[in-house]
Amino acid sequence: MDYGLDKKSNSLKTSNTIFIVIWLLIACFPFIWTFWGSFKVRADFFSRADWWYAITAFNTLIETGAKFTTEAYSGAWFEGEFWKASRNTVIVTISVVSISLFLGTLGAYALSRSTKNYAFWLLIIALIFRAMPHITLVSGYLFPFFQLQILPTTIVVLVAINQPFTLWLLYSFFKTVPKELDESALIDGCSYFQTFRHIIMPVMWPGVITAGLFSLMLAYNDFTVTALLLNQENHTMVPKIQSYLGTNQHEGNLMWAVSSVVSATAPLFILVMFFQRQIISGLTAGAIKG
Amino acid sequence: MPNRSFFWFFLPAGLAMILFIGLPIISTGIQSFYAQHDQILVEVKKCDPFGCKVSVVVDQEATSKIKDEKPLGKFNGFGTYIDRNHLAVDQVSEFWGESKSIGDFINKVGNLPFYKALVFTLTYCVFVTPCVLLLGFIIALSLNAISRKIRGPLIFGTILPMIVTPLVGSLVLFWMIDAEGIIGANLQMLMNDPYLSLKSSKTLMWITIIIYGVWHHSPFAFVVFYAALQTVPQEPLEASIIDGASRFQRVKHIVLPHIYPVVTFVALISLMDNFRVFEPIIGFSAEGSAQSLSWLIYDNLVNEEVILFGSAAATSIMTIIGISIILAPVLIRTWREFKINR
Repeated sequence: MDYGLDKKSNSLKTSNTIFIVIWLLIACFPFIWTFWGSFKVRADFFSRADWWYAITAFNTLIETGAKFTTEAYSGAWFEGEFWKASRNTVIVTISVVSISLFLGTLGAYALSRSTKNYAFWLLIIALIFRAMPHITLVSGYLFPFFQLQILPTTIVVLVAINQPFTLWLLYSFFKTVPKELDESALIDGCSYFQTFRHIIMPVMWPGVITAGLFSLMLAYNDFTVTALLLNQENHTMVPKIQSYLGTNQHEGNLMWAVSSVVSATAPLFILVMFFQRQIISGLTAGAIKG
Repeated sequence: MPNRSFFWFFLPAGLAMILFIGLPIISTGIQSFYAQHDQILVEVKKCDPFGCKVSVVVDQEATSKIKDEKPLGKFNGFGTYIDRNHLAVDQVSEFWGESKSIGDFINKVGNLPFYKALVFTLTYCVFVTPCVLLLGFIIALSLNAISRKIRGPLIFGTILPMIVTPLVGSLVLFWMIDAEGIIGANLQMLMNDPYLSLKSSKTLMWITIIIYGVWHHSPFAFVVFYAALQTVPQEPLEASIIDGASRFQRVKHIVLPHIYPVVTFVALISLMDNFRVFEPIIGFSAEGSAQSLSWLIYDNLVNEEVILFGSAAATSIMTIIGISIILAPVLIRTWREFKINR
């Protein structure tokens, strides 16, 4: 807090800086370490002899002749068919984001412009739905969902699970769009759909981007639904990583899992780097005003 | 907005929610009263030159015929709820009778699958939620005191644990903490115990999962608190500085009361999230020592032979009841706000 009156002592400043540095280490080091280790062979990253091998690359030098190797990546992506999983993730993510934004903007706009009691109750129901553990919903889907094991069913389920949150987020966004804007269009003789199309759509993009980011993260990160409703053939990235682990840690190909964890996390980090502001505004939307 | 246009606007989203959230919840409720069919066994007499043997085998045809007739399974009423894998009413009363002390009784009940999972889930919630609030608040306060120019990258680093999926986050930590990873190996050296391993100790496993939970959820608390700190008015703070309030007093008497509503919001959200803890158990391969309610459901649903829909549904319903108890204060608050705003 930069107040003119607030004189900070040097010791306080230092301890504050030290705290932040330690926290950032705790928060980021695991990722940096995994990234570093993904270019080593298994005997180095999971060394029985000495963890220092992961840095000096003792076994990597012996096995491959260089300090860094991309063996784990080529193994996972081609042999382990991670390319298939990432293609499936792209399909699922794009479909979930576009469908849930289409449904969500229409629904949330209606909710934000209605003063009736039922609009409130619909919001409350959405809130209850949002609190449901995803796995309890999945257990309610019966045989068609568990037997088909294809992407479309998964997309449908993810859209539905995502819908309550999208509705709430866009609802609180549309509340900030002045009502006078659409009222004047209505007076000029627009129907509600025309108002939505010509007045609201041009100004709704900041909210839509935020909601889209959260839908994207949900679809991209989901494990519960995809692990249960998809089979080995068309797994998305996250359940695929789990399948590399095998039932016993020493069976499955552990280095494949390490490299695919890095491959799956990298796009997410880049995305957050660019859209940090939107993500933070989305997380706080419900909290600050409510 | 008139009812007619509201209806058409809301129809797609509403339909999706009714069909794929509302119906599954109802279906879960119905399923929980059914159990899978018993397999029909037949005695088969096999004769060979050395004599005749009678063996019992599953009559596949008859079993699948019953399955086709009644796909839900056989009606079981509250049977699934009170069986050994759920509320275990019989076992609990039996233990009550034979146990010498309360501690003994609690110990025995704690070994039943459902209660075991419940105890872990509640322990996780009770430890993680306050730690998340505290750590998130401290990080927010101290980041707020850092120069504005470098805050952007610092915030980016801070929210990383939150944006990765729990499975990946727990795996990344697990690989470091495991006996062959960097932290695990160093711990072994520090404690001078070459056999120290996470997997061997239940307590260590629980502590690790709880630490993971704090690591994963704190960024969320941080983000909300940080945004709330930006709205704290400056005048009272300056006045209190003139009056000689210490830094701690300022936080306690001005900042905290101002962001109090946000604190309850974060507490409830993270309580709800923690109640459904599941993926870290898979990530840390902790199935042996830590099981949560959500994990029980998952375990029933990935059963290789027969998917135990009935059993999963019964656990789901009880989880939903737990969630609703946590959710009740939020609902009451939203209702009050709605009345005021109208």
